[in-house]
Parts: sequence; structure tokens; C-alpha cells
Amino acid sequence: MITAGIDCGSKNTKVVILDDNNILSTSLVLSGFDQEESAQQALNNALEKIGITREDVKHITVTGAGMDAIFFADDNITTVTSDGKGTFFLFPSTRTVIDIGAEEGLVVKLDENGKVKDFGINEKCAAGAGAFIEAMSRALEVNIEAMGELSLKSTKKIPMNAQCTIFAESEVVSLIHQKTPKEDIIRAVHDAIADRNTSMVRQIGIEKDVALIGGMAKNIGFIDAMNRNLGFDLLVPKDKIAPEYISALGAALIAQEKIGG
Amino acid sequence: MSNAESEKEYWRWTESRFTNPDLNWEDADIISAGVDVGSVSTQAVIMLDGEIYCYSSMRTGSNSPDSAKNAMDWALEGTGLTLDKIQYVVGTGYGRVNVPFAKRAITEIACHARGANFIYGPEIRTVLDMGGQDCKAIRCDNRGKVTAFLMNDKCAAGTGRGMEVFADLLQVHINDVGKMSLDVDEEPEPVSSTCVVFAKSEAVGLLRKGWPKEKVLAAYCSAMAHRVVTLLLRLGIEEKFAITGGIAKNIGVVKRIEDELKFKAPEPSIDPQIAGAIGAALFAKALVEKERKKA
Repeated sequence: MITAGIDCGSKNTKVVILDDNNILSTSLVLSGFDQEESAQQALNNALEKIGITREDVKHITVTGAGMDAIFFADDNITTVTSDGKGTFFLFPSTRTVIDIGAEEGLVVKLDENGKVKDFGINEKCAAGAGAFIEAMSRALEVNIEAMGELSLKSTKKIPMNAQCTIFAESEVVSLIHQKTPKEDIIRAVHDAIADRNTSMVRQIGIEKDVALIGGMAKNIGFIDAMNRNLGFDLLVPKDKIAPEYISALGAALIAQEKIGG
Repeated sequence: MSNAESEKEYWRWTESRFTNPDLNWEDADIISAGVDVGSVSTQAVIMLDGEIYCYSSMRTGSNSPDSAKNAMDWALEGTGLTLDKIQYVVGTGYGRVNVPFAKRAITEIACHARGANFIYGPEIRTVLDMGGQDCKAIRCDNRGKVTAFLMNDKCAAGTGRGMEVFADLLQVHINDVGKMSLDVDEEPEPVSSTCVVFAKSEAVGLLRKGWPKEKVLAAYCSAMAHRVVTLLLRLGIEEKFAITGGIAKNIGVVKRIEDELKFKAPEPSIDPQIAGAIGAALFAKALVEKERKKA
């Protein structure tokens, strides 16, 4: 039976369509101002890709920061639940999930059955979220997609003193004025955001295996910095489905449970 | 938006300089100076026997030693006084170790308390210094000596830099923000995000909803006021209370701090942004006196 999961993120809205436990289709649109319209759009795009209609979908579950604005779905679940569900489905060895999105960061601890044991959220400060990298890519005039790759080309570790995104912007600008190579600045930017998130994870407690999901998990510079900080490699979704869809996948899996029992 | 418009820098606050025409440096016994190299602004104050003779207040460049020198040169401009005739210079602020011609560096917390004592009088017991990239709540005694303090220098919320970001976003000149924010019929709910990055997105949403700029500024000024009041309450506040630093000139924030605390802050007779440099110049004077006593 077909279900849909919609993740209304602060930046992007993601949809995953499942037939039982098989991923049929995914889609992503900018969340923009009207969350519900974006969710409709993302859902329609995902359905069109596989040539089915809304009537074929038996249950729609919504999650994410903007879920309260969605009225056409059957029900909703918290990001903590959908993150845990989606990640455990992909990597059953996961005991700690780190989800770093555009505007928030989450840590979810799971037991051996994938049940949520504990969690922590940063939604107050941009310095640990994708918004930080976005702001730095603007200051550096580097395409955000290229940031991760460039950070790996760095040859020198330089410190970033500022924690705050706003202050870090000024610091990056003065580093540019001092003719610091861009790659080294970009590495410092990634180290900084990884430091923030490592301390958030340590507060909750690290239990292996640890998976990284969310939009920031597409950034290889960030993955590299996190791996270095933690001293081991994170599990990152790659082949089956991209990391920013995991929460939507979790929602679609919960929708399956609702109809299948 | 046209290119010219997008390049306009609304955050650029007005630089200033001043000379007291009633004083003559040639008559002075002790000529002392304080240079406050902040993260955003630099001030140089020159005092004749503990009275303000001249000062300058300008934006900090990317190089601290240059900024200190530029501020000093501008303060001295047209006075006939030269740096070599100043007996003692104290550096303060974030870049205080980068004042090449200073004999000593003293923390800005000590200098702001001392400066507030000078500007507002010895009854001041609590000073809120709202700087470009930090915010400090300071308790002091009747001589302006620091007894306790709390500081936020990690986060742009509640600092001048945060206000600059909003001035740019709303395309309102930073000097006009405070006044404009009071031009509302009813006080709106404060912006709910603490983080300036998120507050910015929130403000964009409010503008889309059709809020006039005045109302958005009111919501941000009151959020900022609330943020710094929290710092003050954590430290414990004792009357009288005064505000120094650039934001002390933003009437929209000052009024909302006063309303929330239910304390009035006295109106400054001198630019409150130079309080740190005044304090440094006063310390410089005291150091000259000390050296003389030793000799």
C-alpha cells in the first residue's frame, strides 16, 4: 500500500512516497512563505514522477518545523520520531542520530528496537545549523554546494574565534582581507560548526553507531570535520536515498504502520 | 532593488569629533588620553587635568594599530596639540593591546564604569555598556570602581552589530532606528527568535505579512531590550542605572529597557559611546599622578 511522508523544513520541503517499505519516489521544493502550498507542490511532484494520483495514496503523515501549517495530511509526528524511524530503517545499527538542517540541529538516541530514548535540540542559534555555512558561503562568495569540497583542499588549520554567525561573518571578511587562502577559511568554518555540534551530541551522550542525516549530511567537509572530532566515521545515507529525505522517509514509514498495523 | 540602493550602507553610523573651545592645552598641567579600540568603533579622548578637551569617534578598520592612530590623529586635528605632548595614554577595548603609543592597557569594563561615573555622576551603581559586538552589565561603587560584572560577547543578539543587521535589512539608517521604532500606535509582540540570523528571517516574514517598518523595528528593539534586561537582572541591578556605548543613543532600545526595568536612565550630556575612552583617559591621568608621587 502507498503512503507519503512530508517533511516541512525551514528551508526545504521534502516528500517520500513508499509502497510498503519500497521507496517509489522523492521530491524537494523550497519551503518559501506558504508552507502548505509548498507541501502540496512537493507531493504532486513526487506523484507525477511515478504517474500516480493523490487517490492512490492511502495515508499522508507530515513532520518538520512547519508541520502545523499543513491541513491536508492525515496526521503529524515530531521530527524526533521521524528522524529515529527513518534512520533506523536504513541503518538498524544506529543508536545515535544527528540531524543537522538549515535552521536546527537534533540529536536522537535510539534503543536496539529503534525506539527513542532521549533527544536534544538546538533551534535557538544559527551557529550550529546549515544557515551558518550559508552565511559564510555568501561572505566568501563561494557557491554553497562547493563549500565542502573546497574545505578538503585546505593545507592549514586556522582558528575561528567567533561562535555567533553574525560575528563569524565579520571574522571571515577580515580573514579575506588578510589574504588567508579561501580553502583554509572554509576548513575553519566547517571545523567551527562541527565543534558546536560535537558538543551538542556529547551533552546527550554518544552511543555507536552514529548516523548523520539532514541537509548538512550532503556536505563532505562537514562529515570530514565531524569524523575527525568524534574519532570514528559516521553513517551517512547515500545510495538508497539522500540524507535530507530521512525525516520524510520516517514519516512515510509511520504512515505505513498506521494503515498496515 | 537597484544596484545603487543595495549598496547603500544603512548601518554606517555617523563618525564625530569635538574640541572644547573653552580649554587651552598650553595651560594644562596633566595631559592624558584614552583610546578605546572596539570591534566596531574606536574612540580617542584627550583630557586636560581631567576635563574633556577633544575627542574623536570613528569606525574600526581591519587593522587595530591603524585604527588607534587614525582616531588619535583625528582627535588632535586642528588643536595644535601633538601626541608627544600627551603625558600618558591608556588603551582599552577589544583591541587595547594594539594601541602602539599607549603605555598601558586596561580592560574596557573598568574603563566603562569609570567613564559612566564621570558622565553620569558618582550615584551610578549599575552600568549597561552596549557595544558593537558585546554587552556588559557592570556594578560599581561611588568612585566608578567595578564590583561585579556579567558579559555577553558570544552572541550578536543584544549588541550593536545585531542592530546594524536590522538597519540594513529594513533599509533604515541606524541613526533613525530608535526614533522610528517609537512611531507605533501599539507596542507589538517582540521578535521571538534570539539569534539575529533567525530574527532576520522572522522580520522578513512580518514584512511579508504587511507590517510597516516602524512596527518591525519596534518588535526588534523590544526583543533587544528584553535580552539585555535579562543580563542586568542576572547580575542584580542597583540604582542609579546608566547606559553607555553606541546603543545608548538608540532611544527605541533605551526607552524599552527603562519600561521593562521601571528605572529611568539619565540622559547623557556627553556622547555615551566615548565612555570607555573617557575612563581610559582618567586612568591615564591617575597614572601620571602616581608616577609623580614616586618621583
